[in-house]
Amino acid sequence: MVDKRPIILLSLVVIIVVLPLVIYNGLGEDQGYFGGSDDAGSTAVEETGYQPWFQSLWEPPSGEIESLLFASQAAIGALIIGYILGYLSGQAKAKRRENDENIGVNEKVKSSK
Amino acid sequence: MEGFLPWYWCLFWYILALPVVAYGVIQIKKTIEKHPESKPLLAVSGAFIFVISSLKLPSVTGSCSHATGGGLGAVLFGPAAVSVLAAIVLVFQALLLAHGGITTLGANIFSMGIIGPFVAWLVWKGARKIGWSVSIAIFLAAVIGDWLTYITTAIQLALAFPIPTFPEAVVKFIAIFAYTQVPLAIAEGILTVVIFEYIMKLRPDILRSLKVIGPEEPKKPTAKTPEVA
Repeated sequence: MVDKRPIILLSLVVIIVVLPLVIYNGLGEDQGYFGGSDDAGSTAVEETGYQPWFQSLWEPPSGEIESLLFASQAAIGALIIGYILGYLSGQAKAKRRENDENIGVNEKVKSSK
Repeated sequence: MEGFLPWYWCLFWYILALPVVAYGVIQIKKTIEKHPESKPLLAVSGAFIFVISSLKLPSVTGSCSHATGGGLGAVLFGPAAVSVLAAIVLVFQALLLAHGGITTLGANIFSMGIIGPFVAWLVWKGARKIGWSVSIAIFLAAVIGDWLTYITTAIQLALAFPIPTFPEAVVKFIAIFAYTQVPLAIAEGILTVVIFEYIMKLRPDILRSLKVIGPEEPKKPTAKTPEVA
């Protein structure tokens, strides 16, 4: 009962994400690769001579802490999705079993008549 | 980007965004009251935005960005509901991650929570109306919604910084955001298709009660993709 379609689709996503890493293999942030487009955006704004008038209330003190927070965000989201889809899947299965049992009972009733 | 829009533009986008978020809250309340069985899907839609927008992905342009994830919620619950979900995610990122910002929250809700999902919803409705399959319609909705979010960001920045002129600034900011976003939007589209098809397989009844799919709908895709035993 393995539906291959999601596996193929998810593989496509992996290819889309990995492809750039292969294309620019060996190049890093120092050569201007894989920086955030957000940063490129803010640099472009600063080039116009504009000074940001407000600083973030709190900033992650280091890249490590920032990646911790981003990872937590992804983990929380994934946990919720996994929990709920598992719950719906269980519901669907229980429903199917109930239907099957009902059919079984009906058939028994029919055959006893 | 905290503080990166002049204060009057911050105010302008807040004024545009807040009524939609308020309307979204009312809509969510109504939907949950009417269809309490849809509550788990609302959580999935929110969590999907949470996950997708936390992943900064590399793109073939050699730059990184993240997708938005609003297409799923827009199709299930309508664009106004997504504005609420997006607002929650954006506040979290602004306060804890110094990503986005409180001053630019209005602008970001407008691009990621309003324009993106609204366009996604329009694309979905349009594609369904001309008879395209559920999967293709949701794919296009997610891709175009994601992409339009970044076009909106580019236009918002160009409006605030029309240097040397507004059209030239639009081109400049679109070059920064929009090309990078193309492969990421496609990746988001595929992920949205996978999760939507799974929901449709498990509980088509909820999708039918939300009027996302028609009464006879789930038979089509299962007929197209025969299960391999």
